[in-house]
Amino acid sequence: MSESTTFGKDVSRAPVSQRGHRVGPVDDSQAIGGQISIEMDGKTLKVPIGTTILEASKELGLRIPTLCHHEDLCVAGVCRMCVVEVEGQRTLQAACAYPITQPIKVKTHSRKVRQARRHILDLILANHYGECYACNRNNNCELQTLAKEYGVDFFRFGHPTEPMFELDTSSHSVVRDMNKCVLCRRCIRTCIDFQEVGVLEVQGRGAESKVVTFMDKPLAEVVCINCGQCINRCPTGALRANDPTDDVWAAIDDPTKHVVMQTAPSPRAGIGECFGLPPGRALTFEMNTALRQCGFDKVFDTNFTADLTIIEEGTELLLRLKKALVDKQPVAIPQFTSCSPGWVKYIEHFYPEYLAHLSSAKSPQQMFGALIKTYYAHLNKIDPKDIVCVALMPCSAKKFECNRPEMCDSGYKDIDYGLTTRELGKMISEAGINLPDLPKSDFDDPFGTATGSGVIFGATGGVMEAALRTVIELVTGKKVENFFDHAEIIPLRGFEGIRYAEIPVKEVGPVPGILKHLFEDWSWLKGATLKVAVAHGTAYAKKVMDDIRAGGKFSECHFIEFMACPGGCLGGGGQPIPTSPAIRAARAQAIYSEDRAYSVRKSHENPAVVKVYNEFLTDGPCGHLSHKLLHTHYTPRGKFIA
Amino acid sequence: MSATQNKTGGMHPTTTGPLSFGSVKPNQGLQNAAKKSRADIIAEISASGMKGRGGAGFPTGVKWNLAAAAQDSTKYVICNADEGEPGTFKDRVILSEYSDLVFEGMTIAGLAIGARQGIVYLRGEYSYLRPLLEAVLERRRTQELLGESILGREGFSFDITIRMGSGAYVCGEETALIESLEGQRGEPRNRPPFPVDTGYMGHPTVVNNVETLAWAACILAKGAAWFKGIGTDKSTGLKLFSISGDCERPGVYEFPMGISISELLREVGGEDAKAVQVGGASGHCVPAKSFARTLAYEDIPTGGSIIVLGPGRDMLGIARNFLEFFVEESCGQCTPCRAGTVKLLEGVELLQEGRCSMKYLRELCALGETMQLASKCGLGQSSPNAFLSIVKEFQDEIMGRTDLAAAGKE
Amino acid sequence: MLVTEQDALRQEIKAWGDMYGRDRTALIPILQEIQRKHARISEYAMQIVADMLDIHPVEVYGVVSFYSFLDHKPKGRFVIRLCRTISCDMHDKDRVARQLQNDLGIRFGETTPDGRFTLEWANCIGMCDQGPALLVNDHVFTRVTPDKVHDILEGCRRAMGVHAQEQMQEQLV
Repeated sequence: MSESTTFGKDVSRAPVSQRGHRVGPVDDSQAIGGQISIEMDGKTLKVPIGTTILEASKELGLRIPTLCHHEDLCVAGVCRMCVVEVEGQRTLQAACAYPITQPIKVKTHSRKVRQARRHILDLILANHYGECYACNRNNNCELQTLAKEYGVDFFRFGHPTEPMFELDTSSHSVVRDMNKCVLCRRCIRTCIDFQEVGVLEVQGRGAESKVVTFMDKPLAEVVCINCGQCINRCPTGALRANDPTDDVWAAIDDPTKHVVMQTAPSPRAGIGECFGLPPGRALTFEMNTALRQCGFDKVFDTNFTADLTIIEEGTELLLRLKKALVDKQPVAIPQFTSCSPGWVKYIEHFYPEYLAHLSSAKSPQQMFGALIKTYYAHLNKIDPKDIVCVALMPCSAKKFECNRPEMCDSGYKDIDYGLTTRELGKMISEAGINLPDLPKSDFDDPFGTATGSGVIFGATGGVMEAALRTVIELVTGKKVENFFDHAEIIPLRGFEGIRYAEIPVKEVGPVPGILKHLFEDWSWLKGATLKVAVAHGTAYAKKVMDDIRAGGKFSECHFIEFMACPGGCLGGGGQPIPTSPAIRAARAQAIYSEDRAYSVRKSHENPAVVKVYNEFLTDGPCGHLSHKLLHTHYTPRGKFIA
Repeated sequence: MSATQNKTGGMHPTTTGPLSFGSVKPNQGLQNAAKKSRADIIAEISASGMKGRGGAGFPTGVKWNLAAAAQDSTKYVICNADEGEPGTFKDRVILSEYSDLVFEGMTIAGLAIGARQGIVYLRGEYSYLRPLLEAVLERRRTQELLGESILGREGFSFDITIRMGSGAYVCGEETALIESLEGQRGEPRNRPPFPVDTGYMGHPTVVNNVETLAWAACILAKGAAWFKGIGTDKSTGLKLFSISGDCERPGVYEFPMGISISELLREVGGEDAKAVQVGGASGHCVPAKSFARTLAYEDIPTGGSIIVLGPGRDMLGIARNFLEFFVEESCGQCTPCRAGTVKLLEGVELLQEGRCSMKYLRELCALGETMQLASKCGLGQSSPNAFLSIVKEFQDEIMGRTDLAAAGKE
Repeated sequence: MLVTEQDALRQEIKAWGDMYGRDRTALIPILQEIQRKHARISEYAMQIVADMLDIHPVEVYGVVSFYSFLDHKPKGRFVIRLCRTISCDMHDKDRVARQLQNDLGIRFGETTPDGRFTLEWANCIGMCDQGPALLVNDHVFTRVTPDKVHDILEGCRRAMGVHAQEQMQEQLV
């Protein structure tokens, strides 16, 4: 019925040397079965050939400090913090970049090593402008942690007293402060290699080296998709999100304003990390209480519009399929999801000729804004000009999205401010609240009811799973549980970069009422096989798009979910720092557990959604009003910069 | 200076002593090699005891052997003609006058390791040599010394292309050179893996200095015993030295390995030197009291750059010039080299102004030690050498300076 | 830049792509051709090259800014690079430098307003036995003394005159 694919594991375009290590055969007798005995600080361990010293040290529970190393990224070996002494080697070796191919003895904190690390820290601090107490990464900064660990109590080689570079605040999403940059190049490896967007690179060489955009232009003028993955991997405060919390507080403090908050699924799974909890503990309902204590007038659940998105996007898919299969008219298939604003900007820049494939449905955030300032305003007799819509998102690109000029279909700016998980964490702390201690409270009506389908939007594959749950039931008239245990479409889950599944439509049922205005029957779908795919991280998106362009397997898909961020929204650029595969997996676990806890788990069964179509969007999914408020259009941007 | 005028018209001839390269019969080495098995060629090179002539001194036979043993159908031989070390110009002379020998050496290396493709990475500053080299390559192709079935040996195919550098000293480091060939910024790679295993485009690659390849051809022509019979036990054979600075007869000289500095100075007319900078900016400064020391891998290893410093030279000025060089030429990726060179240069400025405490000077020397130990590549590791040796040998001269202060620059 | 100029540049770069290949190893040879022909690598050229080699423009910019002989800023017809490294330094390169600045009326790192000359420092150009040495494009001059600077510059100006005449003749034919 389905097939998971390991298509395209190696997406790296990093220099050969950084992609990992090709290790030749070892003929040493001690390396039986590819295992090598090593000794580190007197402890012994057997490791597989090619294990780095850093990996081996973790096995042994030894701490080797790192700065440029990141689990998600290819090896760089540039900061040199992780140097260790390998017996028989004249120089110190970078533990992160040294593959073990023969038995070695390692000292991780000898005199030479300690002196070198201290000097390296002193040199970094000699070029790091700013004071820790005036930095948004205070207490969550890898450089600060190292300075503390190594007992830095004076600046051996000086410390800048004046800023050397101007801030780049041009982007709605990402702020760059090169005064704090330590040239670890994680952002570059993230952007070029991990995300394949290619905004950042080093300019010049030697002491003049600086991380820059193309021609050192402001970030807003280059091909940046605002995914914020660079922020998540910056060890210091050199990269941060454009923070609107002052404006949000001002709106809360203004008695004439009705401030409405909507919260996306992923921040709930991550915000605990801002308060010292381990990843993977959702604080959905504690957060509701905190938001009310902060002064938000209403707290709604973005999952409501996630369900709405599924109805609109699913209907759009069925319409496209009908056009192709019944009307035999040319139509853009596969349909691509459009809820990831990073992905939307990516395709606008890199594959503008495929914009027709992008679902015209707005993202849940923007649908919500449009409904708040129309339907909700009308229901509650509030002048929409007095409503301030704030969206809590795991995402830095959502800040750009809500500032798109076309996102004003309500007659006002649909969403006024996008907050990241980190920013809300800061607001809650500022209000003197320790989030985990709070009592739970529910979302407000009328947009407080959601389904498990809305929740899983937060994980890669979630939109597709939610869409299939609904489409399968609408088309077959049978419970999706008949086809998938617990309605969990497992082939779509996981963290493989690209996943693919086929769903044969063996039987069809009657057309449900909500779609009667669009379809007479489903007979044309009987016997068809629905082909779907999921890609997360734009590096994988590029693989799929190139395959489609070449007329490959993915060009035959009907529906493809794309998420700009690895792991989907739960790994978004607005989520707590740090990030790693394990952290993202824990957040996904939290999201899927929440899905299981919902009594209603399919978007079309959401009573609030049904109510909206009955009361407000009366011409149904993809009808006239829904098109005006819930759908949008895109801009072919291209990648050339004038 | 019209287009027809020779690009080297404004250049003077480089003085050279007699060089063995002139006495080797053309292509004798290649002819001998073509009759040998690959293992025997490498055995010959190994038996000669030759170590890399670029300065790092890695045994050439071992390098070829590792590349020959690597399992890959595609391999490369790269001639490192990115001669950028201050005070070095011997490769320019070899390429101008004995390029056939270099190409012969590359062809032999290709046969030995099983490579079909050779690349000369010629520094941008030497681009005037390119037409000459291209002409020689073309001639060798017509002579069937390059191409398919060289010298009639079945399966012995090898050709050479020239790629130009673009003005970056660090590209003389073999992995940076490979990065540059791959179209990247010339930033050295992590080692391991080494180029003999994972080199150009991920394939096994031998990177040899111009001089090494020329000697390899000579060794195949004259036999390993001839080469091994010259020099010392650990440093065999002949070596070209680039002599510049305060001496009567600067130029390129051939000496046996193990020659003492004082002997060398006599040959070039620099006996009254105060010190000699051996190995260029990345080398060591040897004071007159140590002129009995020898130029050999077991004593003072060098790629052949000898800069004679006359009696009147200000050692701080020398240190400053070298550090300015490194600040400019560091690739900038690793912290110790990128930021350390700047701190050492600032230290020299403090010394020149007479404002450096002994405590801080010691701090800087310790930093120098860190740079030697913790930098990513050979450039970074050797960048503090000149500073450290000058501080060590001329401490009396560099402390408590009043000259700049007196000149009103304080 | 005029559209026609852009088209011409695009065609040129495509031709170099045909010569050197369409993968990243061709990047530096192509950039060297652009630099040689246009005395700079413009923002537009970098984007065309990036598009052709399927890499990002910022990667091209990173490479251009790394190498001394590649530059995105326009350079003069003649780029004079005076060696400042130790052996040339010990042989009074400072006096040659001063005279170059006097005769050209610009400082190091600058280009004359007429676009003819750019003055730059070079690090060791391998002429240590005959310093001070300088490169004018890829022509070498050694044992340069301050009084010879004028002759070298005049030589360049004459060469430019000759070329100008040749170009005129070509146009006439």
